[in-house]
Amino acid sequence: MRMPAPDETVIARREAIAADLSRIVAADAVILPEDERRAYESDGLTAYRQLPLLVVLPSTTAEVAAVLRYCQKEGVKVVPRGAGTSLSGGALPLADGIILGLGKFNRVLEVDYDNRCAVVQPGVTNLGITTAVQGRGFYYAPDPSSQIACTIGGNVAENSGGVHCLKYGLTTNNVLGIEMVLINGEVLRLGGKHMDAEGYDLLGVMIGSEGLLGVVTEVTVRILPKPTTARAVLMGFPSNGSAGDCVAAIIGAGIIPGGMEMMDKPAIHAAEAFVHAGYPLDVEALLIVELDGPPAEVDHLIERVEAIGRANSAVSCRVSNSEAERMVFWAGRKAAFPAVGRISPDYYCVDPTIPRKRLADVLERMTQIATKHGLRVANVFHAGDGNLHPLILYDANKPGELDAAEQVGSEIMSYCVEVGGVLTGEHGVGVEKRDLMSTMFTEDDLNQQLRVKCAFDPDGLLNPGKQFPQLHRCAELGRLHIHHGQVPHPGIERL
Amino acid sequence: MTHFRPKDEVELVGIVQQALATEEPMELVAGGSKRSLGRPMQLPHVLDLSGFCGVQVYEPEELILTVGAATPMAEIERTLAGAHQMLAFEPGDWRALLGTADKTQTLGGVLSCNIAGPRRIRQGAARDHLLGFHGVSGRGESFKAGGKVVKNVTGYDLCKLMAGSYGTLAALTEVTVKVLPYPEATRTVALKGLAVDAAVKAMIQAVGSSHELGGAAHLPAVLSPTGAAMTVVRVEGPVPSVEARAVALRDELSGFGAAEIIDNDASLPLWQTFRDIMPLASPADAAIWRVSIAPTDAPALVDTLSRALDLRYFLDWGGGLLWLAVTGASDGGATAIRSAIKSGHATLIRGGDGLRAAVPVFQPQNPTVAALARRVKDSFDPERIFNRGRMYGDV
Ligand SMILES: Cc1cc2nc3c(=O)[nH]c(=O)nc-3n(C[C@H](O)[C@H](O)[C@H](O)COP(=O)(O)OP(=O)(O)OC[C@H]3O[C@@H](n4cnc5c(N)ncnc54)[C@H](O)[C@@H]3O)c2cc1C
Repeated sequence: MRMPAPDETVIARREAIAADLSRIVAADAVILPEDERRAYESDGLTAYRQLPLLVVLPSTTAEVAAVLRYCQKEGVKVVPRGAGTSLSGGALPLADGIILGLGKFNRVLEVDYDNRCAVVQPGVTNLGITTAVQGRGFYYAPDPSSQIACTIGGNVAENSGGVHCLKYGLTTNNVLGIEMVLINGEVLRLGGKHMDAEGYDLLGVMIGSEGLLGVVTEVTVRILPKPTTARAVLMGFPSNGSAGDCVAAIIGAGIIPGGMEMMDKPAIHAAEAFVHAGYPLDVEALLIVELDGPPAEVDHLIERVEAIGRANSAVSCRVSNSEAERMVFWAGRKAAFPAVGRISPDYYCVDPTIPRKRLADVLERMTQIATKHGLRVANVFHAGDGNLHPLILYDANKPGELDAAEQVGSEIMSYCVEVGGVLTGEHGVGVEKRDLMSTMFTEDDLNQQLRVKCAFDPDGLLNPGKQFPQLHRCAELGRLHIHHGQVPHPGIERL
Repeated sequence: MTHFRPKDEVELVGIVQQALATEEPMELVAGGSKRSLGRPMQLPHVLDLSGFCGVQVYEPEELILTVGAATPMAEIERTLAGAHQMLAFEPGDWRALLGTADKTQTLGGVLSCNIAGPRRIRQGAARDHLLGFHGVSGRGESFKAGGKVVKNVTGYDLCKLMAGSYGTLAALTEVTVKVLPYPEATRTVALKGLAVDAAVKAMIQAVGSSHELGGAAHLPAVLSPTGAAMTVVRVEGPVPSVEARAVALRDELSGFGAAEIIDNDASLPLWQTFRDIMPLASPADAAIWRVSIAPTDAPALVDTLSRALDLRYFLDWGGGLLWLAVTGASDGGATAIRSAIKSGHATLIRGGDGLRAAVPVFQPQNPTVAALARRVKDSFDPERIFNRGRMYGDV
């Protein structure tokens, strides 16, 4: 992975910069020793490592603002970081850039049940929000599998999703407001406890901007009353195609389940061997459909889902009759990643979304692509919204296998785009998919995105090398290629 | 004044480039039903986008619909009804309110104004349902963003910027939206005669319950067809579910007085009147404001404004949306309204050209946010070719 060439003059000034920053934040909030910086060298995309110039851990918005202002003045790059669980390398450090860690922003500032929202600092974990409000029967809906560790700031930056987002939306649908700091140190509030923007929806662009537009220092999230009941159906299918048809039929029948997850044969076997959830082993695909909400609705819909399953050739079908049984159904799905980790020394996961009608075809193509490179792939994914999670199995100790795994991932993602899908449904572009952006977007598409970036960060100091395959100078991008008074298409008819 | 009506994107690009060359801005229109939203503009040209019309892809099982941006809402609703689906953000038909009953509403217009009805509290606004688009920027470049699947985080979410930009950033040609199943049944639980503070308390309790509310509104006595204030909450879903939830809500809200359950057939038109702002449509000369606030702020705000202004109002979004009709104030009530809002924003939705020129139609922004918004405008439309001055003087 090629990163922008580091600025050696900045690296040469490492100690002076550390000294300057220690005057802005507490002295122990600037990390200079190499062994201590090493803890930050990677995020959830562990194949990539880079020691940062320095690590800075501010405690207040004013400190963040002062650090950013300093970095802009001195031309120092900044990589914001939450918990470092990004799977796309979003928090991968730069040799000539500081890591701006938001770990000290770890307080729940306010819970406002009447207005159904919570105001939290960005370093609060996703699960921490639910923990803070569950006593009164509320929860925060988006639930990435990493929710114990990942921070709400990271969720905002990645627009993270989870098992429940078909029904409850991604992060962007559940955030009401933020406080943020621009690279020039200006502090802004977008949104609040009310809904929708008074002007441009700048909050909407910030969410999913992968740390390239600004640093989030406070988040107001929507909290929801917890559904009273949840029940799950576990169905086995003779083929990926019939499982896919069942998913389409459920949605076609007007049912939007709380969660609808699918596993293919290799994933079923790995999970069953690991947690003994009682999954059928003689099926090609397994579907977990969870209905949540008022009991009268859940009981009614569960019967309909069961019937739809049978009509779509489900060969096995179990309905959870207790909370314990429901948890068992989920145990295998939730442990699928570590389970796969037991059958293969390493795995690499990508997250493209496809139109669901192409599911059987895409799964078959994945196997072909993996086989061609001598690898295997297991699939566990969000079937309801077509967001795939192929786990590409490899052994990093075997020469060439990591490269092969990355090649498989990139061929799979490209194929998903080819059939009408997108590169990433929840993990973000980061460094991982950066060079594939042109499979989805034209140069004009990307230039327009870059111009928006310029509106926030004109010097390109925030998280450069991520998301965009090329670096651009804002002045050049802004130039209009039309000369005053000269009509480029004089022939256009005027009505 | 020239009226351009491109038939495809190539022509559209040419027209915009020409406008750039001559530095002549233009007003974007499609069906023309919302031309009076925003600050009045006197622009040399009209860019008529009505040619970008028609359903291109509708896949009910994928929950997506791709259409020409100027496709009439009536056609969209008809298409979706065929598969028992809907635009879940429940966009209102504001034509009666705006006096444009003879015009056509288009999806592009609804999205550009980020309109959402009572179901906003559960399903989000237009912004939450726009998945992808094609368009031409004010730089005369054709571009796209987003995708045609329901879950996507590839690249910046420019869809959010398009929703609610009132045509000031790009001319939309094609849009893809998320669609959802139409609920099998609807029930309304209605409380009678509550004052606004009790009404907001009742709505907060109901929306905060586990009954998955799909609407909560309050209509004061003066506007109510029954002559008594109505506080209504809505549940939607399968028949057994809505029946159980309506009964539970009626019991749980009994502390606010006897509640009545309104059946499916009577519920639908009731919520449509809120959706379309019908209670405030006449008299036509009242200034109409849309005020977005935290629900708990509603009673005090209503109280303050009722003392200061001659107004009628109703509440939607469980108290989070205050609709106001103001008469007799020379500034339409702008100063009183904006100084009474603690946090949130007020938009002047209806008012004569003179009023809309004299007072800020959109909530004035903090200077830092305003400057950022201006830079964002620059990034799409540096020469201010599209809808110049519609949102703010310099945007
Ligand atoms: C085992 C595992 C399971 C996962 N499951 C899911 C899943 O189900 N769904 C899903 O969507 N993701 C999942 N992820 C990915 C990851 O957890 C999410 O992307 C998460 O939101 C990252 O949060 P973080 O705090 O770790 O952010 P980091 O990894 O630290 O940073 C992520 C990005 O956000 C930026 N950033 C962080 N904080 C801020 C801030 N305050 N202001 C501005 N920018 C900031 C960083 O610069 C970086 O670009 C999973 C990851 C792992 C390791």
